[in-house]
This record gives sequence, structure tokens and C-alpha cells, in this order.
Amino acid sequence: MPDPKPMTPLTLSAYTLVTANGRGVGPVLEALRERRSGLKPCDFEDVTLKTSIGRVAGLEDFSLGDELRPFDCRNNRLAWLGLQQNGFMVAAAEAKQRYGAHRIAVVMGTSTSGILETEHAYRERDPSTDRLPDWYTPRYRYTHNMFSLGHFVRTCLGLQGPAMVISTACSSSAKVFATAARLMQAGLCDAAVVGGVDSLCLTTLYGFSALQLLSADPCRPCDEDRDGLSLGEAAGYALLEFGERVGGRGTVALLGYGESTDGYHMSHPHPEGVGAVRAIRDSLARASLRAEDIEYINLHGTATRANDSVEDKAVYSIFGARPACSSTKGWTGHTLGAAGITEAVISALCLAQGLMPGTLNCRRIDPSLKSRILRENQIGSISFAVSNIFGFGGNNCSLVLGKLP
Amino acid sequence: MKVSIGGIGLLASGLVGWDVGREVLAGIRPYRPGAVPDPEAELLPPNERRRSSDCVRWAMQVAHEAIDRSGLDPREVPTVFASSGGEMGVFDKLCRALCLPDRMISPTLFHQSVHNTAAGYWGIATAGQQSSTALSCYDDSFAAGLLEAATVVCVEQRPVLLVAYDLVVPEPLSQARSITEGFAVALVLTPPSDGSSPVMRVHLETAHTGETAGLEDPELERVRQDNPAARSLLLLSAAAAGGGRTVGFSLSDSQQLIVDLEPCRI
Repeated sequence: MPDPKPMTPLTLSAYTLVTANGRGVGPVLEALRERRSGLKPCDFEDVTLKTSIGRVAGLEDFSLGDELRPFDCRNNRLAWLGLQQNGFMVAAAEAKQRYGAHRIAVVMGTSTSGILETEHAYRERDPSTDRLPDWYTPRYRYTHNMFSLGHFVRTCLGLQGPAMVISTACSSSAKVFATAARLMQAGLCDAAVVGGVDSLCLTTLYGFSALQLLSADPCRPCDEDRDGLSLGEAAGYALLEFGERVGGRGTVALLGYGESTDGYHMSHPHPEGVGAVRAIRDSLARASLRAEDIEYINLHGTATRANDSVEDKAVYSIFGARPACSSTKGWTGHTLGAAGITEAVISALCLAQGLMPGTLNCRRIDPSLKSRILRENQIGSISFAVSNIFGFGGNNCSLVLGKLP
Repeated sequence: MKVSIGGIGLLASGLVGWDVGREVLAGIRPYRPGAVPDPEAELLPPNERRRSSDCVRWAMQVAHEAIDRSGLDPREVPTVFASSGGEMGVFDKLCRALCLPDRMISPTLFHQSVHNTAAGYWGIATAGQQSSTALSCYDDSFAAGLLEAATVVCVEQRPVLLVAYDLVVPEPLSQARSITEGFAVALVLTPPSDGSSPVMRVHLETAHTGETAGLEDPELERVRQDNPAARSLLLLSAAAAGGGRTVGFSLSDSQQLIVDLEPCRI
């Protein structure tokens, strides 16, 4: 298969993020600098699993009102909280002025959407008739249905361009960049709001527990004794515009994307990471960069035995031991369908601030890993970074982000 | 955007396979709805087939039919899977299990709950490593999938397999989302080159009215309205009738995806 053609860089003219570390990019950056994890012993609802989670504080303390009332659920509250940070609503409104509401796409990613509402509704169903509660049935469309998040975001922002929700498990909100880039390149829109929101629910907590992939302690990516992941929740957004219209020198831009599948197993990565290699190579080709140009790699780094070791093989086979690599899941937990946007925004912050975060909670680097894994934060200018995201169904996506020259 | 249709796969009540579907939609034979035989989904290994969901088997069946007709190697074809609700049957089982005191859920059922389950199994069955996207746009999921697939074809200059499916929603979830009949359709879309495949032009227009035109046959129109994947019947009918028609698909109320299908034999 020939290499993909280079793409036109797309400026991230606004971006924001809410994780367990706090609301907006400020607290995230502060936590990265101070090496303070957002993971705490699980206190979600009445869950008694022995694990740590990255829960976003305050989602239980408000509800969505007025015309947003039908959308009210944990996932959309988190989505709403994300939209309020870092002037994102203003940036989107200004873009609407520039291009028109029909010329801005909304491409969002999530894995479980508002399934927590359905979990609650099932508990309240009538034991004799199986009837679901009245509060739930008219709201399925606006809460649990996979498109709910896309519908919610375009409603909040008053946008009328093409909208969809990508749901490919953990790679969802990395792939939104690829879909948006194509829509823009095909001339179907002039700008795009991309992002991802995934929130805690019983399905993923008990599901990953059933797969024996949850660590009892805060996750330790790349550590020799790592024993599983910690779940988290997050909301993040980026506004993508063509670089030549808005991007000044040093602005962070999406330079490339690469997508692939393993074609191997639903929940285990390919042992040699062939799909991951393909995604990374395609992302470099679209960015017209060589492996030697990349200075920092934000690993998927979930802290499961299999992921970190397979990802290391893939990364080492392309980059050798030259670029600095780290996982930031020790701060946020694995935010699943929001992991793509979480780590894209963190990578953008690293580029803008000249910060390479050392892998939090990694006490002793697994000696079998060959890539150059950072344990301590490093300061220094970075021009080009890669962010890897891999998910169930063997679904892989890599993004290249860089500063415009 | 200009793309060719390289192959079609279809599975629904009274529309079992594109050969039958084309004749029904062209009015050559009457539409006779009936029980749909459980898809063979022969690409799936027997142990996977046994525990797979209806969504997976239906999607695999139509994907296989379309790719066979296209003559392409599935390992060379990226995929787009579109479904409004995804694995509703799996959600039902998981949510029931989560109501029980021990909340024990099956690990297999859990990894089969993702929206890209069918996409993942297609990749595994064909040993494919191309990009694969799974998406939703509620009732407009077919149109959103067609938009994504056509965009990949045009921007990447690659063939793409588009699969749209939604299955019957089980009780009690059907109280919240009613879909009473399963429907699955697959289209292989290619860059227009050889001149023998039907060509369609796809573009977006601002919607001024919410409703798009439906099908003449009231029974088929009922199917179209029942299932988001069956919104594709507009395009399939146009293809069966030899093209030379324009059809419009609603896209999130604000836009329409307009498809001009050139005269064709398919």
C-alpha cells in the first residue's frame, strides 16, 4: 500500500480539557509540573471494587436546565463543564461569525456515552412488567444513544455543519481529528470542533474488572511491576482551522494522523504491534516528517502488561531509543473514549510550554522496554510530538502535533 | 464528491441479498416480508460465530456480500460502520447483570458492547489492518456513514466498505427506542475510474425543510421509517431503478446529503 499523501496542517486555534486534575488546561499543566496525580481510591456511587479512579469532582452537584434539560446525564454534564473552560465557547462563537454555522463540523468521540442512565433505569424497572421508569424513556435519545454527545455539543454551540459521533472504544477521540481533517480537506466545512467525553459508569468499571485489567493501586505505566489500568473520565475539545488563516508562528497544529486495525483480537493487542506501527508510519507520512524529527511521544501507556510491552516494540521499531516517551495516564487514568483528546491536548500543552512529563507512578522502568521512557519531567523546546491511542477491536490511531514554523 | 458503487450487500425482511432486493425495489417481483434466516456469516470462526451478537452476524453477512461483488481484497479496503444504537442487545444483558447483587459481567459480553464490535470482528475475520471507523448520528446514521465513507474515498483515493445496520431493540429498551425489524446494508465505494460501475455525486445542502421524500410503496416506506439503516432504501431503490435520479438524506435537521446517481445498470 502506498504511503498516504501529506495533509495541510490544521491549527488548534482553541483547546481545553477537564480531567480529575481539574477544570481547564491550567490545573492540568500545574498537576503535570507538580507531578500530582488525579487518581484516588474508587468512590464512585456504591462501587466496592478495589481500584483507583480519576473522577471529575462536582458532576453530582449540578444539573443541565432549560433547553438542555433532556440531555442531563453525567456524560453531558462533563461535556458542558468542558465547554465552559479556557474561553472555548467564545472561540467557537467567533469561528461561527467567520465561517457561518453550516460551515463548522462537530465530530465527537465517546465509548459509553450516557449508558449510566440506562444502568440506573434498569435498577428502577418494574419487577413484574419490566417497564422502564418514565423519567428515562423519552431521554434515551439525548443521553445514552451514541449520538447524544454530538447532538449536545452542536446544540450548545449553535453549529449546523456535519455532525457525528465516532465510537471506536479507546481510539474514538483520536480518530475525530482524522475525520474532521478529511471533511475540511474535501471542502465540506471550513472548521471543525473535535473532542471527546467519556464518564465513569458501572459497565466499564465492572467490565474492566471482569477482564482482570484493573490495578488495585494507581496505575503505573511502564513500571516493571505494573499490574493494570486505572479508569478516569474527561472532556476535551479542540477547534480546528486551516493554518494559513489563523496560525501564527509557534501555534500548535495537527500535522498528521494515521489509523489502522490489528485484525487480531477484540481485547488483546497484536503481539508485534503491527497495527500500531502502521498507524504511526501513516501519521508521519501525512505530516511529511521522518522518525528522527519527533522529539516526544505521548504513549497510550495504559499500564496493562500487554499494552505497554507491545507499544514499546512498535515505538522502538520506528524511532529507536532516541525520542523521549512517557505515559500521562498516571495523572488522569485511562479516560477511554476521551483518551484521544485528553492526550492530544496534553501533547499540545507540552509543545506550547516546552515540557516533557516523566511517567508518573513509574518507580522502576520495566527493563524489557527498549524505548527511552522518561521518569522525571524534562524542560526543553519541542517542535514535533506523536500521540498514540489504541483500543478494543484492535483499533489504532496516532496523531502528529507540532508548532507551526 | 464523486464516487462509484463497486458492490452492494443487503439483508432485511423480504430483502435477503441484493439479487432479491434489487428485483423487489425495481418492482420486478413483489415485496413479501418474512422471517430473515440467521445469517451464515461464514467468515467468522465457528467459536466466534456462536457467541456473536445479531449485529455482528448481520453486518458480516452484508459486508461479505458487498466485498465479494466488488471483487476487491478485503484486506485492502478501509471500513466505515454506521449504527444508531450499536449493540442494544448486549447493553440489555449487561444492564440486567449490573442489577444483580454481585454485578458479575462476562468479559466477552463487555468487549462485545463497544460500538465497533462488528467493525472489529470484520477486521479479525479478514485479517485486515486498514483504518476502521464506527459512528452514529441517531436516525441519520446511514447518511453520516455515507458522508464519512465518500470523504475517505475522495481524500485518500481508496476504496471504502460502508456497512450500516441496526437490529431489533429488545424489551425493555424498546420502550425507549423502538426498532421492530433488523436491517443491514453494505456498499463498497471506490474512486470513479473504470467507467463500468455506477457513479454518484455527493454533496451537502442547507436544509430548508425537515422532511425528505420517502418511498412510494407504503410497506417499504414503513420499513424505511422503522430502522435508521433502512433510510438507505432511497439510494438502493434509485440504483435498482437504473439510476438517473437524485435522492436526499436528512443530516441532523440542518443539512441534507444530496446524492445524484447517474444512469446505471447494477
